[in-house]
Amino acid sequence: METRRTALTKMAGALALGVGGLNLETMRANAQSPKKGGTLTYAISAETPHYDGHGSDTFATIHFASPFYSTLLKFDLANYPNVKPDLAESYTVSPDKLTYAFKLHRGVKFHDGTPCTSADVKATYDRLRNPPKGVVSTRKATFADIVSIETPDPLTIVFKLKAVNAAMIQHFGSPWNYIYSAKDLEKDPNWPKTHINGTGAFVFVEHVKGSHVAGKRNENYFKKGLPYMDGFKGVFMLQAATMLNAFQGGQVQAEFRSVSEPEKARLMQTMGDKVRIQESSWTLNLLVCFNVEKKPFDDVRVRRALVMAIDRWGGSQGLGKISTLRSVGGVLRPGYPLATPEAELVKLPGFSKDIAKSRAEAKKLLAEAGVPNLKFTLHNRTIAQPYTPAGVFLVDQWRQIGVTVENKQYETAPYLAGLNSGNYEVAIDFSNLFMDDPSLALSKYLSIDRSPDNRSRSKDPELDKLYDQSLRELDPKKRQALIQAFEKRLFEQAYQQPLLWWYRIVATHKTVMGWQMSPSHTLGQDLTEVWLNT
Amino acid sequence: MTVTTPDVAAAGVPPRLRGRVMEFVHQQPLGTISFFIICMMMIAGVFAELVAPYDPLAIDFASILGPPSWQHWCGTDAYGRDICSRLIYGSRTALVIGFTSSFVGSSIGAILGIASAYFGGRIDSWIQRIMDVLLAFPIIVLALVVVAAFGKLLLGEIDLNLIVAIAIPIIPRVARVVRAAAMSVRVMPYVDAARAAGYSHARIIFRHMAPNVVAPYLIMLTAFIAQAILAEASLSFLGLGVQEPTAAWGLMLSGNASDFYRQAPWMILFPGVAISVAVYAFNLFGDSLRDFLDPRFKV
Repeated sequence: METRRTALTKMAGALALGVGGLNLETMRANAQSPKKGGTLTYAISAETPHYDGHGSDTFATIHFASPFYSTLLKFDLANYPNVKPDLAESYTVSPDKLTYAFKLHRGVKFHDGTPCTSADVKATYDRLRNPPKGVVSTRKATFADIVSIETPDPLTIVFKLKAVNAAMIQHFGSPWNYIYSAKDLEKDPNWPKTHINGTGAFVFVEHVKGSHVAGKRNENYFKKGLPYMDGFKGVFMLQAATMLNAFQGGQVQAEFRSVSEPEKARLMQTMGDKVRIQESSWTLNLLVCFNVEKKPFDDVRVRRALVMAIDRWGGSQGLGKISTLRSVGGVLRPGYPLATPEAELVKLPGFSKDIAKSRAEAKKLLAEAGVPNLKFTLHNRTIAQPYTPAGVFLVDQWRQIGVTVENKQYETAPYLAGLNSGNYEVAIDFSNLFMDDPSLALSKYLSIDRSPDNRSRSKDPELDKLYDQSLRELDPKKRQALIQAFEKRLFEQAYQQPLLWWYRIVATHKTVMGWQMSPSHTLGQDLTEVWLNT
Repeated sequence: MTVTTPDVAAAGVPPRLRGRVMEFVHQQPLGTISFFIICMMMIAGVFAELVAPYDPLAIDFASILGPPSWQHWCGTDAYGRDICSRLIYGSRTALVIGFTSSFVGSSIGAILGIASAYFGGRIDSWIQRIMDVLLAFPIIVLALVVVAAFGKLLLGEIDLNLIVAIAIPIIPRVARVVRAAAMSVRVMPYVDAARAAGYSHARIIFRHMAPNVVAPYLIMLTAFIAQAILAEASLSFLGLGVQEPTAAWGLMLSGNASDFYRQAPWMILFPGVAISVAVYAFNLFGDSLRDFLDPRFKV
């Protein structure tokens, strides 16, 4: 009999395949023999607020810092969502699935020349699961099952779990889990926020604020023969028009996040066969997020009214033509085997297809809450795609129930600072998942003391309980029922709710080889196997 | 008893002012046309709710990128919003930011210019050196620096820092011109008489000198409204001005317009024309006003 994990892995793989994660042209290109040398210049459409992957959930950090770091495991993009060793040479899982032992590569060195051992991995994972005061570990809830970490020798590390966690092996492959040096963390637990010292394929050269980040080949990289390129340069291009012009002009050869449908059309029209386009559905959604610590958003009637005023189905049709927003879905990527089917989704608040009825009810709820002419500021991000269209759309939707909204867009650093400190009323947040598994997707909505990534700042023991139950449930049908119960509770309380799921379109010059498409823009960004066919 | 009905029209406008207005119309036909255009813009901006055929923020996904038609005279944008309505509402943004920036910048500049001329000596020297520093930067560069440094401070839909950012570069330009005019006023006997009578500096500056430099002040004020509208449009185009979904001409040229202008050229055509016409009208009106008020041009 197939195990639950095997079944889900197959289904998720089929999902990735079905949405165009692989295409023949890309496979053919990747089959060529890699050439050494050259420097890749790519655009990053936001500048990271800091360098610490553990405390970040923006691609701006990944696209900036991943080439400098290794992770214990990493996702095997050709076989998504399977993982493969990275810093670990091999690993074993005990039959009871409570012990994970990793053997590290021999002779790995940090860029400062010091050796990387199991002590560094332990220090890294201790920081991830139990961050010291003043350190943020965004995904700490996903490591709550680890009870102990042992280092029997410098090349072996053993994780012991308190309970079976079917997705644990994928969490070890999280692209955010950069391995840091224990001595750096000892010096200052927040050292990685402002310094870079990894074991990755590229060595940090410079970060010119407002301009670019640069790296050069790590001559002592532990995977012999890699990386292929001499270096890379990530140029911050906050305006889509600037990026497109630079891409067409050859100043940048790639943008690994996504372009929109019209931008794709423009590139294909102007560049013809010089551009490679790869597409996939995306493990990323925008959320409407209410700060429950601010009045009147502490009132569930107000929150529910605001989510019920949004015509997601109509919005997906229109926004799909002009932005990277595409599909209507719950907390799991639409099409994922455990995701709530459309027939069930439409019964939940905010997902009804009868928008007139929904809005009438929303107006009633606002009146009952004593705020019929509600006014507030929408905390939004300056990245045009898809934050601006989402902001414009939401302002219009809420105006239709008599709510006045000011769309205020901030650059990435102040935007995230506002979200994380709770200095906002209503925000457009995002759920940036590196994989589909519910253990990750649902963790964002746990009580804030368990999940620092919960920007609504809500505390809901019932949601926490449902999450824990879903994590332990081995029967797929029962697990799906628990996930749907979680979703129902979440949407009825309306702390935060997915607006629309994104669709990913990556454009690279044809000269960029070895880069692999995936449903997450946080995967495959270490650039280790990327090469230039020039 | 005979009751005579007064001529209401004649009573409404003093005969001297009416004569001057008619003189302006005859002498400056282009200025008159410009003034008419400016008035139209003002009316459109003030009464936008009555004039605009559609709600400028209303999204209509069924009408995305619609070409100009009887329903939508200037077409629709990527959200299906009516461009004509957004232009009408956008005139409000342009005029509020343009006029306020120019008024604030010109007024501060005028005060500094008069004070500089009146006090002379070290004060004059200091003020002029500061003005020299500010003059070294082009308007848009200085405005960019101010916007980047201070961020946004919104009052309703208007960014107060944007107004300050555009006003600052105007100050030295007006101060320099007004100072030149005030220098000639300063040596007039009535200013000496006021000093001898023991009037305060503020009284001399505001009551005796300022009225005599009103002409260059007004000319600069109108001329800089055009510059301010252009600066606001440029900053919005660069993403540093007003934000979506506010209707603003510069903003209409950026954002989605850069994605769709090939498919829907009307998305950039009409806002571009609106900015050009407004800037041209204010410049022309400023020039005409200068020609009309400055006695040296009356040959």
